[in-house]
Amino acid sequence: MINTMECAVDAQSLISISLMKIHNSRTQRGGIKLHKNLLVSYVLRNARQVYIKEKYAEIYRMQQYEEVMTVCNEIQELNPLDLDAEDADDEEQARATCCSEEASLCSSACHRGTAQSATHARTASPLFGCSSPEDGSREPDPYYYRSCCMEASPVSHCEQLPASNTTHCNKTTVLDLDTHVVTTVENGYLHQDCCCDALQSPAKKRKVEFDCCISDAEELSDFTAARKRAKREECSYSSLDYTDTSNISNLISIFGSGFSGLLSRQADLEQICSKQVLASLGAWTRAIVAF
Amino acid sequence: RHCRDNRVHYYLYRHNRTNSNDTAMLCTGTYGYSSLFPYPSVLSRYISLSLPPSFPRYSPADIISTVEFNHTGELLATGDKGGRVVIFQREPESKSEPFSQGEYNVYSTFQSHEPEFDYLKSLEIEEKINKIRWLPQQNAAHFLLSTNDKTIKLWKVSERDKRPEGYNLKDEEGHIKDMSTVTSLQVPVLMPMDLMVEVSPRRVFANAHTYHVNSISVNSDYETYMSADDLRINLWHLDITDRSFNIVDIKPTNMEDLTEVITAAEFHPHHCNLFVYSSSKGTLRLCDMREAALCDKHSKLFEEPEDPSARSFFSEIISSVSDVKFSHSGRYLLTRDYLTAKVWDLNMESKPLETYQVHDYLRSKLCSLYENDCIFDKFECAWNGSDSVIMTGAYNNFFRMFDRNTKRDVTLEASRESSKPRAVLKPRRVCAAGGKRRKDDISVDSLDFTKKILHTAWHPTENIIAIAATNNLYIFQDKLNSELH
Repeated sequence: MINTMECAVDAQSLISISLMKIHNSRTQRGGIKLHKNLLVSYVLRNARQVYIKEKYAEIYRMQQYEEVMTVCNEIQELNPLDLDAEDADDEEQARATCCSEEASLCSSACHRGTAQSATHARTASPLFGCSSPEDGSREPDPYYYRSCCMEASPVSHCEQLPASNTTHCNKTTVLDLDTHVVTTVENGYLHQDCCCDALQSPAKKRKVEFDCCISDAEELSDFTAARKRAKREECSYSSLDYTDTSNISNLISIFGSGFSGLLSRQADLEQICSKQVLASLGAWTRAIVAF
Repeated sequence: RHCRDNRVHYYLYRHNRTNSNDTAMLCTGTYGYSSLFPYPSVLSRYISLSLPPSFPRYSPADIISTVEFNHTGELLATGDKGGRVVIFQREPESKSEPFSQGEYNVYSTFQSHEPEFDYLKSLEIEEKINKIRWLPQQNAAHFLLSTNDKTIKLWKVSERDKRPEGYNLKDEEGHIKDMSTVTSLQVPVLMPMDLMVEVSPRRVFANAHTYHVNSISVNSDYETYMSADDLRINLWHLDITDRSFNIVDIKPTNMEDLTEVITAAEFHPHHCNLFVYSSSKGTLRLCDMREAALCDKHSKLFEEPEDPSARSFFSEIISSVSDVKFSHSGRYLLTRDYLTAKVWDLNMESKPLETYQVHDYLRSKLCSLYENDCIFDKFECAWNGSDSVIMTGAYNNFFRMFDRNTKRDVTLEASRESSKPRAVLKPRRVCAAGGKRRKDDISVDSLDFTKKILHTAWHPTENIIAIAATNNLYIFQDKLNSELH
């Protein structure tokens, strides 16, 4: 865990400073200094890790909100029996690994939707699909990407949003990495556009990433409790502008009453959700939603 | 080239070369500070082309890049960025001039390396002298090895105080005589002459290093030496230049897998089969050449586990070891990384015996030090003759000494102002910004990071130290306590 407290500049500045140093070293007298460039590459890697974590956290906050949207849309498909526990480690791993290359490669404006399956908790979405190259523990798993890319929605890689994808991704083929079962998920399964960069090695275990609901959610109550947790966290971390606090309490009460509550309030939620989504996600997402 | 006169000669030489109003300064004297440390009082003498001190300009070629005493301490060699080597010799102490005893004066100057161009790689090879190492003296002449990034050279430094006179075929100036003027034959006779120091290259060890050479070390067998670059260490025989043996190779098959480089290497002072090398990851490896021809597998690995809570962006940089030195006894190792100096016991691999904070107040400034590249500065370290005190440099022309026995330490400054004749070097103190400040303390924010003391050397037996401060060489001596503690 890198302590960034003592650093005067942020990760992004460090990255650009480091790249500048590497660039300048090419023209320095005496040739490229291997030692110095190696050390600079370590700073680059550290800065990128922090940058990605920060980006991830930001997207996580976004995603937390999006979860609500997708849950609204997936009410019918909920099947609590499939929710298996996932290791906390893996969750952490996924969080750390996602947003890796992709976030840095794509512009910051790109919001990566995360695939989310309320129905198949164990079939984690590939997110951005890759750990940083230095993590030797990650193994590449191209098959997963291929399968989901094939069924990918026609939306371009850099324009993905959960809410919008629900309208496009009606059907996705997913390979469960744990059971090696290929399943097809309908309705609102948001897969990550695996911008499968060939260089990147995807995370070993996919997760329904941002979901806190994954941890030990084998029972309905746990699931709802997790949702509540997620919602609360979302409320506290989110950068979205929750001007309408009544909406928040509405959502919480919906979860509190179980799935039946969701069913009855689905229509209301959808309305609220989409409004919130549109308000926060910017013009280009609106375009997708409209489409 | 006269010995006696070469003080003036040296400075004139430097003046002409740099073609500017530079001041090259050599001051010798004694140092001390009575209260804190066992080395009292500086007595220093300035020899300089005096120019106002407000002209700090100097040519980059004048920056001293290495300092090394020979095995007796009689000679002191410095190398600079311009590829030159300047050798100082200690004047024998004389009763008649008590204050000039033990002073160092220029003995010889020569151009060791020239800039080269590698046409194959389109790279310029810097002439900067990275290291100088003396060979133990075996006859009247002195030998030293000097190296730049690629090539190591063996130089012979000898004195000539006689010359043959009375040649038959040539006259005094060396011109061939007109045969008609030769009427008789004579036997040339050796006549005394003014002392002349001659330096000649005896060996050139070239084309053995793909990467930049950072260290050379002469073996205790006096026959072999090693040269280390970023990824490899080669073993040479002093007499053979067309062959070297590779004894360490840490180059990965795929350079993208590179994680560490060799930063320094040294032979054990007594055991000719043992050597140590340090890495950019902060580890030390002791290798035994008897075990295998290729010593990739270490005999001992010295590594201190990293504190995971202290990780920062720059953890890797500040843990990189910039210098490693065996103690004279051969029992300990001294290493320097960016913020600390550590003493290791050869028998304990898990952690250092002692850790000394050189300038921990920089820990919160690592970011700006990264931006201005100071974080990449490679500080050297030195033992005193009895292995009881260690010394290393810092910024603002400060250098630090740590007494291992009393656990006391001192910060001194190598500057013109503080080194006036017979002046006592005052201990300096750096206080944190905003902290309680005494008179003469200097705040962290006022430190001059362009004034760095990277190279220091300690006389092998006496309390005499040589400090290289950019283009100036300071030699300080403990007059009152000549014997080591």
